[in-house]
Amino acid sequence: MKKNSRKKLAALVMMVFMLTIVAGCGGSKGDTEKINVGINVELSGGVASYGTNARDGAILAIEQINAAGGVLGMQLNPIEKDCKSIVDEAMSVSASLVGEKIVAQIGPLTSGDVAGSTPVMMDNKIPLIAPAATASNVTVDDKTGATREYIFRVCFIDPFQGTLMAQFAADNLKAKNAVIYGDSSSDYAKGLKEYFKKTFTEKGGTIIAEEGFVKDDRDFRAALTKIKGLNPDFIYVPGYYQEVAPLIKQARELGITAPIGGGDGWDSPDMVSVAGGAALNNTFFTNHYSSQDKDPKIVKFVEAYKAKYKKDPDAFAALGYDSVQLMAQGLKDAQAADPVKLAAALAKIKDFEGITGKMSIDDKHNPIKAGVIIEFKDGAQVMNTRIQP
Amino acid sequence: MLEFIQQMINGLSLGAIYALIALGYTMVYGIIKLINFAHGDIMMVGAFVGFFSLTLFGTNIIVAMVAAMLICAILGVLIEKVAYRPLRNSTRIAALITAIGVSLFLEYITIFLLGPSQRVFPESAFPIKAYNVAGLSILNKDVFVIVSAVVLMLILQYIIKWTKTGKAMRAVSLDQEAAVLMGISVDKTISITFAIGSALAAAAGVMYGVYYSTVNPLTGIIPGLKAFVAAVLGGIGIIPGAMAGGFIMGLLETMVSGYGNSLYRDAVAFGVLILILLIKPTGLFGKDTGEKV
Repeated sequence: MKKNSRKKLAALVMMVFMLTIVAGCGGSKGDTEKINVGINVELSGGVASYGTNARDGAILAIEQINAAGGVLGMQLNPIEKDCKSIVDEAMSVSASLVGEKIVAQIGPLTSGDVAGSTPVMMDNKIPLIAPAATASNVTVDDKTGATREYIFRVCFIDPFQGTLMAQFAADNLKAKNAVIYGDSSSDYAKGLKEYFKKTFTEKGGTIIAEEGFVKDDRDFRAALTKIKGLNPDFIYVPGYYQEVAPLIKQARELGITAPIGGGDGWDSPDMVSVAGGAALNNTFFTNHYSSQDKDPKIVKFVEAYKAKYKKDPDAFAALGYDSVQLMAQGLKDAQAADPVKLAAALAKIKDFEGITGKMSIDDKHNPIKAGVIIEFKDGAQVMNTRIQP
Repeated sequence: MLEFIQQMINGLSLGAIYALIALGYTMVYGIIKLINFAHGDIMMVGAFVGFFSLTLFGTNIIVAMVAAMLICAILGVLIEKVAYRPLRNSTRIAALITAIGVSLFLEYITIFLLGPSQRVFPESAFPIKAYNVAGLSILNKDVFVIVSAVVLMLILQYIIKWTKTGKAMRAVSLDQEAAVLMGISVDKTISITFAIGSALAAAAGVMYGVYYSTVNPLTGIIPGLKAFVAAVLGGIGIIPGAMAGGFIMGLLETMVSGYGNSLYRDAVAFGVLILILLIKPTGLFGKDTGEKV
């Protein structure tokens, strides 16, 4: 009896063992049918609205690609994680995504968070496609000047936003004297400021004063009162919406009527709810795209996005969408779901038709593309003009 | 000259908010020698209570402020009972660390309950009117902030100087053991101090929210720190000192931004803290008592 039961036990163990092998085979077979795409974005924290919209755009792109048969005969499988708008968190989220065998990571949104994630992606040789990280040192190593092999982006870079707004202020608004009042605690705003200054002075304008604020400031009246006394033709305010919205409100309350301009950090519904439609009149910001563009490709995207999410896609949604589409193009060019081959293919992409414009990736992994100027009119974002670099 | 007067108005309304928060810091320190680092976060809770009272219940701004003050008074008393009372006879560093813990607790419980994103005060809660007096732009919210701060400070002075409770508070602050011998309930007096201090912070929170239109769970940190500097500047534990310190901080920041460079504003604010601690650690209104033997 005892002997018998031992035999049974041995048989059972054998069976379990074999089952495990079979199950293991099945598992690995399942993996090859799917391409894991990591989505590491800010779903909470300071810039939650950017990350949420970029995620929504990316998921829409993945669904459309899967519905059309996937890439290389395989379905894309999004793995989504929140980096909480914290640099360290962006890094640990990337580390956990790497463990899930992703072929590429979409996000994070801000340049700072991407910088946090970069070392992990570089070490593991997996491409990171940043939808909206516009600082120039995201794709290029500051110290060596070398391009980071696995870091890409679908947005234009800070220098371009500053240059673009300087062009617009000098040529379209005919501004001669400008004041810069920017966020001095973020790399993003500093980059915009430098290039605005450079282009604006090259065009014959004068920067009559430079002021600064830091993250979480809410009182700007002292510097604004001073700026009012200088009577500038244009005020450049590179920064994020949490500070910029109360700043513009206070500027208008103090009776400053000059046009105010900034970058895509302004792009949030909170701008209107905090500052109010009237205060925002005569303010402009640079952006990657406008949902009002009549281009048939954009109209189609806007319709699909609205049908799925019941809201208008902002630039972050469009960039999130383009990030996934660019990755899909890269996978097709590479003819393999392999991160290293994907990176090589992405670096060679030419004339890729995205929602945010036709783009070619240059040797610094920056896309060469046009941008738009958006104007606030009674609380609504209206496309003012498209500017070619 | 016109610009200078405008900057004075800017500085006074900012200073009024700092002064209100600084009062709570100073009162608590004066009584139990504890720097209550959770104070700025009580202000944040007050701002949220005000926000929900305005948006969910559609009350006017005065009712919202009273509601915030009441709820935060209760919160202040609770915090003291749960977190500080058990540590009253332990080292001061233990109480200080607990205060930081309470501060973090309030911040993250708010994030947990309400989410981390900012809330926007409705425009209709406090319609902005601008008065243009001889080229100056004076807003009704400037007037509201300065007047309500002054009124609250006068009420506080009255309570402390002329009521029995105030007398008890002064007695406890002077000598706890002697106060007990005179038949004063120390526990009750400390509770009342926390209630009043937290109510003032809540009032400041609602003003801050109305003034700057937004509130988020980490709103209290920076004003809390600045108010702490204000309290030390005036002499921590001294009530007129906190008021003066608050207004001085507000004016100083404004003048640095307005006539120096806005980039140096915080450096000057915190530089003042260091200077005061080096030169006159008891603050502007403090007396050098020296060690008693």
